[in-house]
Amino acid sequence: MNRFDYIRPASVAEAVAAATQPGSAYLAGGTNLVDLMKGGALRPDCLVDISRLPGLDRIEWLADGGLRIGALVRNADLAHDALVQARFPAVSEALLSGASAQLRNVATLGGNLLQQTRCPYFYDTASACNRRAPGSGCDALQGENRSHAVLGWSDHCIATHPSDLCVPLVALDAVIEVQGPQGSRGIPLETLHPLPGDTPHLETMLSPGELITAVRIPAEAIAVAGHARYLKVRERTSFAFALVSAAAGLELDGGVIRKARLALGGVAARPWRARVAEAALEGGPATAEAFARAAEAALADARPSGDNAFKIELARRILIRALQEALAGTPEQRPALPASPFAPPSGARHVA
Amino acid sequence: MSLSLSLNINGQMRAVDIDDPRITLLDLLRERLELTGAKKGCDRGQCGACTVLVDGKRINACLALAVTLDGAEITTIEGLAGEDGLHPVQAAFIHHDGFQCGFCTPGQIMSAVGLLAEGHAGDDPERVREQMSGNLCRCGAYRGITEAVLDAHRTLNATAREDAA
Amino acid sequence: MSLETPAPLTPYPRHGSNSGQPISRRDGELKVTGQATYAADNHPPGLLYAVTAVSSIARGRVAALDVAAAKAHPGVVEVITPANRPPLSHDPDVKLGMFGFRIEVLQDDKVRYANQPIALVLAESLEAAVEGAALLRPRYEVEPARTGLGNGDRYAPAAVGVGAPPRTAFGDLDAGFAAADQVIEAEFTTPAQFHNAMEPHAVVAQWDGDHLTLDMPNQALVMSREAYAAYFGVPGENVLIRSPFLGGGFGSKAILNGPQILAILAARHMRRPVKLVLSRAQMYGPVGHRGRTWQTLRLGVDGEGRLTAMHHHSLAATSSFEDFLEPAANASLHAYASPAILSQTEGLRLDIGTPGPMRAPGEASGSAALEVAMDEAALACGMDPLAFRLKNFAETEPGTGRPYSSNALRECYAEGAKAFGWAGRPLQPRQMRDKDGLLVGWGMGTALFPCPHFPAEARATLRADGTALVETAGVDMGQGAWTALAQIAAEALGLDPEQVEFRSGVSDLPDAGVAGGSGHTASAGLALHNAGQNVIARLAELAGADPASPLFGAGNIGVVAKGGRLHRRDDEGRSESYADILARTGQTELVGTGRMARDEEAVQAWAMYSHGAVFAEVKVDPDLGMVRATRLVGAFAAGRIINPKLVRSQYYGGMIWGVSFALQEAAIADPRTGRIMNADLAEYRIPVNADVPSLEAILVPEDDRYVNPLGVKGVGEIGITGTVGAIANAVWHATGVRVRRFPIQIEDLLGGG
Repeated sequence: MNRFDYIRPASVAEAVAAATQPGSAYLAGGTNLVDLMKGGALRPDCLVDISRLPGLDRIEWLADGGLRIGALVRNADLAHDALVQARFPAVSEALLSGASAQLRNVATLGGNLLQQTRCPYFYDTASACNRRAPGSGCDALQGENRSHAVLGWSDHCIATHPSDLCVPLVALDAVIEVQGPQGSRGIPLETLHPLPGDTPHLETMLSPGELITAVRIPAEAIAVAGHARYLKVRERTSFAFALVSAAAGLELDGGVIRKARLALGGVAARPWRARVAEAALEGGPATAEAFARAAEAALADARPSGDNAFKIELARRILIRALQEALAGTPEQRPALPASPFAPPSGARHVA
Repeated sequence: MSLSLSLNINGQMRAVDIDDPRITLLDLLRERLELTGAKKGCDRGQCGACTVLVDGKRINACLALAVTLDGAEITTIEGLAGEDGLHPVQAAFIHHDGFQCGFCTPGQIMSAVGLLAEGHAGDDPERVREQMSGNLCRCGAYRGITEAVLDAHRTLNATAREDAA
Repeated sequence: MSLETPAPLTPYPRHGSNSGQPISRRDGELKVTGQATYAADNHPPGLLYAVTAVSSIARGRVAALDVAAAKAHPGVVEVITPANRPPLSHDPDVKLGMFGFRIEVLQDDKVRYANQPIALVLAESLEAAVEGAALLRPRYEVEPARTGLGNGDRYAPAAVGVGAPPRTAFGDLDAGFAAADQVIEAEFTTPAQFHNAMEPHAVVAQWDGDHLTLDMPNQALVMSREAYAAYFGVPGENVLIRSPFLGGGFGSKAILNGPQILAILAARHMRRPVKLVLSRAQMYGPVGHRGRTWQTLRLGVDGEGRLTAMHHHSLAATSSFEDFLEPAANASLHAYASPAILSQTEGLRLDIGTPGPMRAPGEASGSAALEVAMDEAALACGMDPLAFRLKNFAETEPGTGRPYSSNALRECYAEGAKAFGWAGRPLQPRQMRDKDGLLVGWGMGTALFPCPHFPAEARATLRADGTALVETAGVDMGQGAWTALAQIAAEALGLDPEQVEFRSGVSDLPDAGVAGGSGHTASAGLALHNAGQNVIARLAELAGADPASPLFGAGNIGVVAKGGRLHRRDDEGRSESYADILARTGQTELVGTGRMARDEEAVQAWAMYSHGAVFAEVKVDPDLGMVRATRLVGAFAAGRIINPKLVRSQYYGGMIWGVSFALQEAAIADPRTGRIMNADLAEYRIPVNADVPSLEAILVPEDDRYVNPLGVKGVGEIGITGTVGAIANAVWHATGVRVRRFPIQIEDLLGGG
């Protein structure tokens, strides 16, 4: 790890001013940044420690019924908040399916949104990686890529975004609040991570110095609380990143789907909102056939980026399963193995 | 650059000067404070051998920069046993043979103490397994670990009931 | 043991009580309080930190290193490269005894595999040393790396494993296949696996003149001491290795490696103590691994389900400069009765670090393939997999016809099957689902492991107060040697384990041999047992010759040692305490010695193995292909069990390794560069707690009067051998998909949605 300056600003404005300097990086929980620095993938000159900035660690319910989560709220605190669990159960489940209890105690909301891909070629500084070193090439393209993207990738980058949390968040229309040198603004989470195109190093829509201060989930999203799941295919029963994952939320009117909220994880450089699939479902019956059609639609544009054609079929199937589970109703008690197909919820369903 | 930190480590206030912001909590404990109980198994947050409690919560000490922790209360395996002997989790690990080589054990035990304080696993073995999955054990002592955590949960509950009575 | 076979030799007598007690680990309190000291926990004054810089290419040479940049980093005090490396007294390109592999110690600028050390940076702080190594930014001349079947160099090896022949044939293979009604042929691959003990390889090296003290985890203390002495040109007795606790070994800490030698060299060069700890990523190269295999099995079966021929061929990967080959094919030599058996191994040279022994070397990879092939053969015969194995039960050792010194495998099958609930298992796959719709499958495998013994010595000292000190340079890497060996010694001494101080884990004690091959308890245990008996015999002589003793004249009748007293064998009421005997005869202490010893005739006459049967249940998501090993029952017979609590833990651990082998772990190298892309503990997926919900180990009683005077066999490795196949077979039974590439992955199972 390179030597760096360490500063701990007292206010958001001070933090933004410091982080606008080239070579600066925000440090919050550090679970991703410190890891990347140890591997040499990132070598910032200055760490701006925002972990103690006042006011960013609150979970607030807004007058309109929406939720505002401070960017420094720890994953574990958010996951175990009783109201969050009741109203946004897929958010809670996704959080608890990610990483380990130790990491969840430290990792923050903002950091989760900004975490780096787990593409090994990004981590391995001896490899070419356009995301890490613009113009160097992409060694993943012809390399070990069975876990790489099947949607939205380019010949410049086939990495995926690894977050579990972001998957339900995009499905729920979350908006991030940002403070920057030019003031504050809101950005739909869905657009925070641009697809790689020929500029994979432009990892987010944030300008230099811009700081995520909060995430808002609109009140309308609560309507799917009774029928919401996050499910994840991984290669260990716990403590593993998703090979693919899906968040599904349904608003039902009798047997008819009034509103569907769907997103996929592990398939693209961004948490992937499956809007076409939502449209295919809305206004129709919640049947197996409809779910299958929706899954087809969601992956219609998918193509393998390497040795990963199986992920396309796997993504269809996890989406169908998430829809089935959502239709069955959000489990009243959180499953022992969050987001795991091996923990089919037994017992009472929470039917809103 | 020299930075002065005030840390409460295992109940003792310590003023710690560090000359390098790169020092992690784990390396601070192990290389500078002679607290080598927490172990370095991966140094990347992937194995849990370095688990300690910071302000009562279990974390990976390898990913925490020491400079960020000014004022924190840190409990390591060395600070767990009381004057009246082993902590119930420690005793249960011995009783259930929840370790072999012992290298991951301080981390497992601190993680278990954190888990019991969190209170989300109860007496459900599947929840214990899931919530202990941040602590790898290559020897494969998982069965004993799970039994030990459940046993300590019962012991601590019984003690809490006695205290309440 | 086969009843038809007459016992050729006299069984060993049994002495004293069966130790057999499930006592908790004697080092338990140290381990749960953080007081157990592992190598990297040492911190002598004046310490320098050493960090190796490692190669990112697999083949070529290092053309340049930015030593100036590294040295300019604050805290860095020295950079050692091939250009300035101080001399060694042994050429690292020359083998040094059986486990003395050729290694890389900056002898030249050649790169032979990715993660090879190419420089050593020394600094006042760990942080500076790590960054100094990063600042070296090597430039390479790259040669194309040999990374797989397509570009590796095949060769005919002289030996496989540790000195085993590359080809072994029993019977007439052609005749066997000609007699077969069916031939089942299947190809299997197993990946590179890394030991990944939780404790990384580490050393704290201190020189005092030409005396060297090493704190390091080490599975073979005295052997290693001699090897280090050779490298540094000092007498063996000048080298002291302290290894009181190892954070796991699994075979990776018995063989010398470059980084540790470099650190020792640096300590001498700098005249300061040096600490080196490999990073997790750096363990994927210079410290051994289980080599890849490509195996082909052909099994001939007759109309009644009897094997007529077995042919097991393995192509095994090794490095470009060493010869260790995973002896996988040899796993088929002694498992089942077959009139003809052929095992063959070829080598494949790749630009990789040298593989080495890793928990159940050969047996793990080989039995994985064999047990799956046996499952396929059972199906082809329309037989239950257990019935098929019983049909082919080896009454005597296949190939040699030797009787077994003991063999409770039938009981293992029976007790394991009963506990598991095997009866009624449908023959066809994809027949069972749980209440949640998950596919359920049951599979089984036979577990087998030989009983090697190693030379070992021990010393026992009776003290004036009647307690004892026993000493041997043994190794506890988690198996529980500190407890089990003390129990054996205590039994021989007629004392409670609490009255025995056990000193071990230091190289200046009597040589306890290698902790490996599942032979440490038997080998070091025998030495301790004999040392204990030796000192008791000397005590009995003293007492018997002392007219004041109640044991006076007991010489020919003999005495029994128990409870800290010697008793006349013919009249146990006549006894005297050890303390009294010593006090009256004016001895402050009495010393006895012993060695591992057994009847060499018996060793030749009997076939000696631990046996077991593993039954596995898996659940598979029918749509998603995710697998979870939901239930494992292993029944094992390994002679006399010194401490059932510790032995169960060994079995559990082995079974979890089996789960990992079958479903999880594999190192993935980029085929272009040879760099391992998952050299960590996140993407190299060893099991987490949630992966193994239910484990049961049944200790099947077995009285072995021939394996050694203690009746002890090994337990450390057998757990993995049957489990891999059992799980793979259960996956087939759940899904109908036969996967022959390990580990079984999701995409292998997606087809049948």
